[in-house]
Parts: sequence; structure tokens; C-alpha cells
Amino acid sequence: MMDLTRKLEILADAAKYDASCASSGAARKDSRGGKGVGSTGGMGICHSYTPDGRCVSLMKVLMTNACLYDCHYCINRRSSNVTRARFTPDEVVQLTLDFYKRNYIEGLFLSSGIIRSADHTMELVIEVARKLREVHQFRGYIHLKTIPEASQDLIALAGRYADRISINVELPSQQSLNTLAPEKNLARTESAMGHIRGKIEERHAEKRKPDAPKPPPFATGQSTQMLVGADASTDAVILGCADKLYTSHRLRRVYYSAFSPIPEPSSILPLKAPPLIREHRLYQADWLLRFYDFKVEEIASAADPNLDLALDPKLSWALRNRATFPVDVNRAPRELLLRIPGLGVRNVERILAARRYTRLRLADLVRLRVQMKKLLPFITTADHHPAKLGLDSDSLRARFLPPPEQLEINFDAPPTPATSDFLSVRSGEF
Amino acid sequence: MRTIVIEPEYEAWRAAARQLLAQGVAPEEVLWTDDAQEESLFVREEPAAAAAEQGASAIKVPAAFMDLARSVAAHTDARRWGMLYRVLWRLTRGAERHLLTMATDRDVRQLQDWSKAVGRDIHKMHAFVRFRLVGADAATGREQFVAWFEPEHRIVRLAAPFFEKRFAGMDWSILTPNECAHWDGTRLHFTAGVSRSSAPDEDALDDLWRTYYRNIFNPARVKISAMQSEMPKKYWKNLPEASLIAGLIAESTGRVRGMLETEERAAKPAPNNAYLKSLHAMNQSEAAAQNHESDPA
Ligand code: SF4
Repeated sequence: MMDLTRKLEILADAAKYDASCASSGAARKDSRGGKGVGSTGGMGICHSYTPDGRCVSLMKVLMTNACLYDCHYCINRRSSNVTRARFTPDEVVQLTLDFYKRNYIEGLFLSSGIIRSADHTMELVIEVARKLREVHQFRGYIHLKTIPEASQDLIALAGRYADRISINVELPSQQSLNTLAPEKNLARTESAMGHIRGKIEERHAEKRKPDAPKPPPFATGQSTQMLVGADASTDAVILGCADKLYTSHRLRRVYYSAFSPIPEPSSILPLKAPPLIREHRLYQADWLLRFYDFKVEEIASAADPNLDLALDPKLSWALRNRATFPVDVNRAPRELLLRIPGLGVRNVERILAARRYTRLRLADLVRLRVQMKKLLPFITTADHHPAKLGLDSDSLRARFLPPPEQLEINFDAPPTPATSDFLSVRSGEF
Repeated sequence: MRTIVIEPEYEAWRAAARQLLAQGVAPEEVLWTDDAQEESLFVREEPAAAAAEQGASAIKVPAAFMDLARSVAAHTDARRWGMLYRVLWRLTRGAERHLLTMATDRDVRQLQDWSKAVGRDIHKMHAFVRFRLVGADAATGREQFVAWFEPEHRIVRLAAPFFEKRFAGMDWSILTPNECAHWDGTRLHFTAGVSRSSAPDEDALDDLWRTYYRNIFNPARVKISAMQSEMPKKYWKNLPEASLIAGLIAESTGRVRGMLETEERAAKPAPNNAYLKSLHAMNQSEAAAQNHESDPA
């Protein structure tokens, strides 16, 4: 018999390629008045950070790393010779509670390799969540990975116990899936997402009926993950897929995960350095889509389908659209302020509030801690009018190279990697 | 000029500020201190008469100011009391009721910075407290946990309600040098600060937690500065997993090289499994349907 420590080693290692560790956006609940522990709602908490810069918020493990599928980017695929292990539901339940009570984590992210069938696997995963909720009155965060081929009833049951459910699209086109994840199917994944969206909205509508009884709980959101750099998809294709998922299935988050070296590499997918900067730019672009009212075509077009790795996508857009600038921060409407490089959503709101009472000057912006160097060529204030020449000159782009160290956009995803983080595969240099 | 000596707490500041405001004392005329050492240097102001209190009860400030003041009060910067009073003055006597919406204002910006630092400290306390199991209550059977934490600001009371909500089902104490919080299932209460030696050093689960931490780390994407900006070194001494960090970083290059040098595995044939067969059949018929759809003929 394999001991618990060994199982945890294998089944945590197997789970680390899932980028999502978010624990925010759950309905408000807590342990007062109950016998157990747990609370959710409000800002997610990162209880630790590993040296890869990633947050540890949930205990992320697989039920088992045995798998019938053969996804070539995955260490758990059936063709891999990795050591296999399998938790019992009680082991996962106990680990979750023990870790939670010590405040190591704020919940569980449970996924699994697919064994016997999609339904059988889903049942194992659900059993853990059911025990946590019903036997132990656990009110912490639960994220369950679901399998699109599992029956709708089982997916609905998973949603009852979980705060978030997710299905990974993995790759943005069926063509790529056919080569790299031959068992997976984009259409089925999307139809399952559509079904989940229906459930989430149904429950939302129930909740708003004035005197109806409180409906049973259901996950408040779904998310997904796309692998970057394993196939030849361009950023335009990736962002187009993400945008579609946001609009048609109302996903909370799309995670982008740079394909990174795994033990047990597949002959179909040779290992290479993880495209960390590209991953980072995709997150920035994703932010622009969701919070800055950008359209995919503005960021990555058919003619120019890949993001500029040297500049953030907003700055890059501004440099391609110089006629829009300079923008007068004292007069411009919100949507135009959002387009100014170096200005985040919060500061846009602050500017809108402050300019009702005062005409903004550069010193005011300095106090907002905006990145002045980035901002200056693109704005006018009461005391600043950038030289037209500055905006027109070819050297403007050069001015922003090498890549600014500071991020323009804050997000809870991986931060900008320094160039030194790149692996040089050929030379074996790290 | 008058000197106001208060306890370093929001309520104490509020009581004094209400009186001063009612008496029309301008911010430039007040020196604030919460330092008992300094107290002897000054003549203590006696609390003003009840009449002043009455006038004070009519003071109206935006609710956002109360929240801001409560959080700024927990900061350790000695200038906070004076700054709070100045902003209070400007909001009321200065007739700048919109002041808090002016993030470009120097005073407001300063208060917001302090408040943000306090908020971050609270957030880090919620994240980095580590409970250690010390036993169970003989009568109720409830598990008892103790944690040690060293906050930067005076945040124990602000941070404690979170732990009450999250860990209502267990008994716990969080010990800090400044103040301690305790929960026994019915009541949250506070006692004076203690020293590090009062708290247990280890928990039987720490090893298993370190096992998890070691294995969830991906050596192919080392990014030390990102880790440290969110988990500054000052917290490491009280985090059981932090002892692994140096080793994980040191090994990472070799581990990745090992992966890159591993011989690639050929794909294995699909096992004989009914579900997998049905899945493959489904994929084939879907692909056929797609081809058919896009067939121009
Ligand atoms: S289904 Fe694919 S990605 Fe998921 S565990 Fe199995 S092989 Fe890995």
C-alpha cells in the first residue's frame, strides 16, 4: 500500500499544470452556527507562494493520475510511464479539512484523470465534495473540474456542491485537439459549458424571485484553461476563442497556461521553453477585452495575429492608433480614458471623480501613481500639451523599449517574467 | 497650540476630535500624540464640557470617512491623528464635502496610502497565520488551535472577525506581540500581547503541507521576485513551508534539464475500454458530420 505522503506527492505534482487557483467570486457563506469550518465570499486569499511566483490558495490535487486519455501535453496521459496513485474520497476529505484548519489553504480544487468512464470519474470527484459539505459541514471553497462527456445530472450535482466548476478547452481549435488530445472535442466542451451557464443563470433568476424559497446552492461561476505554445494557434485564434467563451457561455475566467516542460515528454510534442512572456501578454490582452472594452480585432487582427512581445498590448494599440491621441484627461469620455496607455480602470474612475471639482494638472496624476513616462506622450492636462512631434515621431516606439519592468495591469495571474527566466533548450542553459 | 494625548485607538481619537471640532479648534492649533512617554512633556487638556459634546453630536461626515479613519487609526505612523483631524475639518468646517472623492488631494492620498497599508497587513494576516493543534477541550471535544503572528500595524481587532467566521467550529487563539485574539465558540475576546515563546512551534501536519508545497511547485517557471513581492521574507520565519524555498530554487535547473534530456515516449495504443471506444466513435461521427457541412458540393 502506498502511504499518504507518497500519494500526495504524486497527485499534487500531477495537478500543478492547472493554472487556476482562484478562490474569489463565491457566494458569501461562513461557519458560524454550524459544526464545521469554512467561509467564502470576498477577495480570494493566497495562503502561500511557491518560487514559480504562483499563489497557493486551494489544495490542488487529482483524485487519481491514471487516465484513459492520451493528451500529449499532459504528464498523466496513458502513454506516460509516470507512477500512478489514487486517493480514496476519505483521504482527500481529511487532507482538505486538516489543511484548512491550519489555515494553509482556503479550499479544494479537485480534478482527476479519467478512469473507467466519464461518469464513474465524476462520481468519485463528487463524492469528495458531498462528504465535505454534508458530513463535515465544510463551507470553504470548492472548485471541481468536470468532464464534458459526463451526464448532465452529474455535472448539475457537481455544481450543487462546488463554488466553481470548470472544463478545460485546452486548445482553441478542434484541429489542434485532434493531434494533441485526440479524445477531446471542442463542440462537446462548449455544449457542456452552455448547459452549466443555463444552470447558473437559472439559480440566479430563482434567487431574485421575491417570495420564492431559497433555491439550492449552485456554483457561481465557471472557468477554463487554454494551453499556449503547444500547438501553432496564433494569439488571434486564442483570444477569439476566449472571447467567444466569455460572451456565449459567460465564463468568469479563461486561464492561459504556457506549455512547460514535463517529465515523460511525448514524441508527438517535443519539449521547449515555456512561452512565459507570451502567456503574460495574453493575460493583459484578456484584461483589455473584459475591462477596457477592447475588441479582439483591435488587439490581434487576421493581418497581424500575434501580440507584440516587447510591449504591452494597450501601448501597442496606442502606437498603431496615434490619431486618437493626445487625449484630454479633463474632457475625454470614460471609454477614451480607458484607452490611454499606463492608465488603469481604477485611476480612470479617480480622474472622473476628481475632475468634477478641479482641472487636473500633471502633479495630480503623479499623486495617482500612474506611470508618467508611459502616459505623457498620450495626454493633455491643464499644464501639459505633448509636442505633436513626439506622437508622430518614429522613435516613440523605441522609447518604450526594452519592455517596461512595471506592469500596467494588475492581475492575479503570473506576472511578467524577466528575460532571464527563459530556458534555452538547445544549449541546455537555464 | 494645544496638545491632545490619546490612547492609540480610533475611538479615543474620535471622542477627542468631536470635542475639538465642536469647539472650532482648527487643525493647525492641535498637536496629537498617542505616546505615553511624551505625555509628561505636555500639559494634558481636560475633556471639554458637556455643552461641547452636544454641539458635536450634530457633526455629519460621509460614512466612507468613518471606515477610512478606522483603518488609518490602526497604522503606526505618528502623524495619522493630525492628518485625520485635518481631513475631518476640511470635510465639515471647510465645506469640502466631496473631498474624499478627490484621490488627487495630498491629504486624501496620504490617508488612502495608510489605509491601504493597513488593509494589506490585514490581508497578509488572514493569509499567513498558521494554526497549530494543541489539544481538545475535555468537556466539549472541540479542537483547540494556537497561532503566532507578527503584524506590522495594530490590526488584530480588525483582522479577527474573519477568523471567527471561518473557524467558528474550532477553538483558537492568535497570539501577537501587540494583542491576542481568542475564540471559544461563543465569544471573540482580546488580551494583551505576549512573546513568541508562548506559541507552539510546530504541527504534526506541517510535514504533509511541505510535501504538498514541494510538489505543486513547477521548476520550469521559476519567478522568485513574483513570489517575494507577495510573500516578503519578513513572513518566512513563521511559515512552515518557507524552509523549502532555497532548496527548490537550487534544484530547479537540474530538474528541468532532466526533463529535457528524457527520451520522448511513443504513444501507446488505446486500451480495451468500452467508454473509450464509444468516445472514439462519437469523435469520428462528429468529424464526419463537420466534413459534410463544409463540403461545398
Ligand atoms: S484527460 Fe488528458 S489532460 Fe486530463 S488527465 Fe487525462 S491525459 Fe491529462
